[in-house]
Amino acid sequence: MSNKKNILELKNITVSFDGEKILDDISLSISDKEFVTLLGPSGCGKTTTLRIIAGFLEPDSGDVFFDGEIINSLPANKRNVNTIFQRYALFPHLNVYENIAFGLKVKKVPKEEIKQRVKEMLKLVNLEGFEKRSISKLSGGQQQRVAIARAVINKPKILLLDEPLAALDLKLRKDMQTELKNIQRTLGITFIFVTHDQEEALSMSDKVVVMNEGKIQHIGTPQDIYNEPVNAFVADFIGESNIIDGVMLDDFKVKIEGVTLQCLDKGFKPNEAVDVVIRPEDVDIVHREKGLITGVVTSVTFLGVHYEIIVDVNGFKWMIQTTDESKVGDKVGLLIEPDAIHIMKKSKYSGLYGDYSSFSDEIDEISNPDFGFKED
Amino acid sequence: MSSFKQKLLNAPYAFWSFVFVAIPLLMVVYYTFTDKGGAFTFENLKILLDKKYISVFAYSIWYAFLATVICLVIAYPLSYIISKMKSVFQDTLMVLIMLPMWINLLIVTFSWKEILSNNGIINSLFEAIGIGKVEMLGTSFAVVLGMVYCFLPFMILPILSSMQKLDKSLIEASEDLGATKINVIKRVIVPLTLPGVISGITMVFVPSISTFYISQKLGNGMIILIGDLIERQFSVSANYNVGAAISLVMMILILISVAVMNRFADDNDKGGA
Ligand SMILES: Nc1ncnc2c1ncn2[C@@H]1O[C@H](COP(=O)(O)OP(=O)(O)OP(=O)(O)O)[C@@H](O)[C@H]1O
Ligand SMILES: [Mg+2]
Repeated sequence: MSNKKNILELKNITVSFDGEKILDDISLSISDKEFVTLLGPSGCGKTTTLRIIAGFLEPDSGDVFFDGEIINSLPANKRNVNTIFQRYALFPHLNVYENIAFGLKVKKVPKEEIKQRVKEMLKLVNLEGFEKRSISKLSGGQQQRVAIARAVINKPKILLLDEPLAALDLKLRKDMQTELKNIQRTLGITFIFVTHDQEEALSMSDKVVVMNEGKIQHIGTPQDIYNEPVNAFVADFIGESNIIDGVMLDDFKVKIEGVTLQCLDKGFKPNEAVDVVIRPEDVDIVHREKGLITGVVTSVTFLGVHYEIIVDVNGFKWMIQTTDESKVGDKVGLLIEPDAIHIMKKSKYSGLYGDYSSFSDEIDEISNPDFGFKED
Repeated sequence: MSSFKQKLLNAPYAFWSFVFVAIPLLMVVYYTFTDKGGAFTFENLKILLDKKYISVFAYSIWYAFLATVICLVIAYPLSYIISKMKSVFQDTLMVLIMLPMWINLLIVTFSWKEILSNNGIINSLFEAIGIGKVEMLGTSFAVVLGMVYCFLPFMILPILSSMQKLDKSLIEASEDLGATKINVIKRVIVPLTLPGVISGITMVFVPSISTFYISQKLGNGMIILIGDLIERQFSVSANYNVGAAISLVMMILILISVAVMNRFADDNDKGGA
């Protein structure tokens, strides 16, 4: 990472609105041509981070570096960065051609060149023949394409995309994901992409930045983030996970539910309390004698590719995804391989996530017709 | 709802519109094309081709035009500045702007007559600092000033409201694409607030061209506008027929200007280059 050139760096960025910290000590390095995704729940500060990079907002403290130079107070119109806005922000008084040509026109590019480049862009985003169309007569997907063309025609070094696919339906979204990746590869520009869809983040990015409450929780490749989340929030936000209280007895030895398991983690204090993450697809249901841990099946849902099975182990409910069927009430054993276990340090998020009790209770309550009327 | 029921609900509205809008209009048309005896004639309109009437029409258009332009020049930047303020200030300023609208036009005009008169505060001030009295009542300056003062809020409010409605992300988008402040105003803010400007222009031009009270009080009888002519025909000469003819011409002038304005707004909506 360090040998690659950093095109953009955020150093200890802090932003407050009305005394409330919206971004809290954000530091982030992005290298040239990288596809970086900011991922986090609504209100965690993703758009605010983009606004700092685009130049619409100056940080209260901290620095923004572009190609090694501080650009904290460089106005947006002087930055080599373009944005695709959360709701596109296309100019309603201009047609498709004029929208795309806007950036070149204000930079006084010769008319002939503008014509040529708009044509190329329309081809790139598959909108040839739409030049004269008014913006209000475009579908959501087409507006999206105009927004992309309008931004990339300026040949920015960095393209900021604020939840560009959120408004599209599932099928169109999948197509646009592929198309965006292609555009990024063809043009060779850095993408900073915002989403709150973890699947989208994992499938598209070189690097994922998980944010919550104005803080960066985890930066890493999609694999890192999924396999080795740093805390219970990240583990839970990136896919389903069982997060169990455990104690690190020694290197490679963790105790959960009264059972000592082999794992691949080390470097904790002896008997340190930890959070243990086990992904639902990494647990095998076996005969109860063969299992390391035993429990009772409380719910079985068929989801096509696999079953989603909730198993009650001493009151803590595990989610397990497996292709083998079980029946509600079965007493089963759970088998967990050492490489399926990931140990995390305790954090403020410990105990908040990763238990499926509420999940199965809800199902029980809804499926029980007498719920709320009978006392037993 | 059935269309019959709908029609029934519309009936009172249709009735009162007929009584208060259609009948007076028909009467204007009737008087225009008849003489005192009630016989059909074009004479009332022909009289208006006289040089003295033509010049009154021309002056009326000219003063209304001046007042409209001045209002626009004041209102547009002012609205822009107000729209950028915190919403508390915006609301307060809005009330201040609307305040003169709540005071009767006659009272406002009369106050200006006092202020501008030879013994008014402005001339007292001029005397005190040694400039000496300046005759202001009866000048076109006073008349246009009165129009601007009375009708300025009608220019500000629609423009301000179109500025407030403007999607701020469009301004950011244009800055993002490299537009300078001037370019943002020229290419985004002005075109998108044009509907507000058009209705502002209409709302100032129409009352300015038809006013008679402002010209009488501040023009001191030296400046005669269409409105004065009409008023005189009815109250002084009791010549309803010529009065109606002048009214008709004025209405047509107003209709034409409104139509031209709307045409202008439509063209812009289509986003034609
Ligand atoms: N100009 C502002 N003034 C006051 N508060 C603001 C302002 N802009 C953003 N906020 C607050 O900052 C927080 C983060 O906002 P931001 O738009 O960055 O969230 P986000 O992660 O983009 O969320 P979403 O996924 O919903 O778009 C929110 O609580 C929001 O209310
Ligand atoms: Mg956002």
